Amino acid sequence: MLSLDLLAPYDFAFFQRGMIAATLAGALCGILGVFVVLRGMSYIGHGLSHAVFGGAAASAVMSINFFVGAGVWGIVSGVLIGRIARKKILGADAAIGIVTTASFAGGIALLNRYGQARKSIEAVLFGSVLGVSWVDIAAITAVTLLVLGVVLVAYRSLLYATFDPQVAVVSGERVAFIEVMLMVMLSVTILVTMRVIGTLLISALLVIPAATARMITNSFGRMLLLSPVLGATSCLVGMNLSYHLDTSAGATIILVSAAAFTATYLLAGRRARVRVASLHHI
Amino acid sequence: MSSNEILRCDALTIAYGSNVALENVTIHVRRGEFVGIVGPSGSGKTSLLRALTGAVRAARGSVERSRGVRIGYVPQVESVDWNFPITVGEVLAMTRTKRRWPSITDEERNEAAEVLASLGLGGLENRHIRELSGGQQQRVFVARAMFAKPDVLLLDEPTSGVDVRTRHEILHLLHDLHAKGSTILLTTHDLNGLASHLPRLICINREVVADGSPRETLIPEVLERTYGAPLHVLEHGGMPIVLDHDYELSESLRDAERELRQSRQANP
Repeated sequence: MLSLDLLAPYDFAFFQRGMIAATLAGALCGILGVFVVLRGMSYIGHGLSHAVFGGAAASAVMSINFFVGAGVWGIVSGVLIGRIARKKILGADAAIGIVTTASFAGGIALLNRYGQARKSIEAVLFGSVLGVSWVDIAAITAVTLLVLGVVLVAYRSLLYATFDPQVAVVSGERVAFIEVMLMVMLSVTILVTMRVIGTLLISALLVIPAATARMITNSFGRMLLLSPVLGATSCLVGMNLSYHLDTSAGATIILVSAAAFTATYLLAGRRARVRVASLHHI
Repeated sequence: MSSNEILRCDALTIAYGSNVALENVTIHVRRGEFVGIVGPSGSGKTSLLRALTGAVRAARGSVERSRGVRIGYVPQVESVDWNFPITVGEVLAMTRTKRRWPSITDEERNEAAEVLASLGLGGLENRHIRELSGGQQQRVFVARAMFAKPDVLLLDEPTSGVDVRTRHEILHLLHDLHAKGSTILLTTHDLNGLASHLPRLICINREVVADGSPRETLIPEVLERTYGAPLHVLEHGGMPIVLDHDYELSESLRDAERELRQSRQANP
């Protein structure tokens, strides 16, 4: 009887689509979250999702395809943040604060001025995981495969540029290119996942699974395996719980992820807690 | 560039905006040399190393490396993020970026094990870098540089912040590598523990003040021009010992310093 209840949501096609999309989004954010967390740019997920919101609003107003408008806007914002931070005139946090809040405010102003429905703002801010289409799933799958491919092929360069950028430059690694590549992957990830989980909650999915994985392992390779598994599992469990508890899917996913982090934090011992404390800007 | 030279810079000037870090510096390094660069903080030592690797652009002058030369760079341990989730094995493997797939081949694994064993780090592949002693931590980064099979090894302050025993370990390790044919160039603040043991020293303070053996460079006149403060130099067992000017010299040490000056003037 219980098993039938647990499987009840799978009778609905919209739930199946939402489940696939959320699980893929969790794995995707988990992979990139490792780089976000280890580079001390946890705030960037939050910032970039706001920047992409500006692009989404502009595309709605100008009747441009969502993925094209928001994608270009997000990539430009990401690269701009990376360049400002790299010049070291401003810290990465200040660069993110300036570029993304301006972009977010621009999006709000555009929607206000041209009278777009309030519903579209809410859909982007909080996501609508149960309203995802096969096109959304195809987009998330494509980006997941792309990110996975890049991480596998450029694994050592990504590791070198993240751990020791100065020596990586000396060793002939194109660190600036790698940073731009990461920003582009992050922007595209936010673009395809924002309709699933919403801009406000994306940053949590970028940070929490990676931070949890950091407590469990001392190896970069293992962290890169664990983080997407934790992200995908949080989404899977969160989606099912949200159906049975009748709560928002995005919020439930983040709460499950946070619960996994808290449990690991309490069980992992002092050494593991020190590892997380040492992460920048968590 | 002559055939036995591996690195050289001519009339090199490095500037960061309006701040000139190095001015008109000419240094030639031959294959198999073991060279130390000494100077006060902010004298341009690290800028010089980074310029020789090509990571910093010359504002004026030129930097040349012999064709196809591979450079192994060992950063200051203070610049390493010891909390980064990375094992000793992963530190070594990251340098093989020509083969980009994450997994390491059996051949690479054997090579890494050999390099680690040769530096006294055998069996530590799966240890996190923070779990090592100070000397082991420094050697891991030497191992990373060695694993890339460099023609020349550049080390930035290899004995900075380490205890006496670790300093000895590092000095012995570098002498062994030099004896096996490695070309080594390092920067150091450690005049007595490291610099005085090297065959060639270059004293810089934004420009080259002196270039020669420790006996030629570790002399009060050169050190005062390099550090901008007077320093005493004594000799023990044929090795120069540099003392801070504030050090209270006993009468016998003053006599020893005076005799050393006279003997050097008589036999320059």
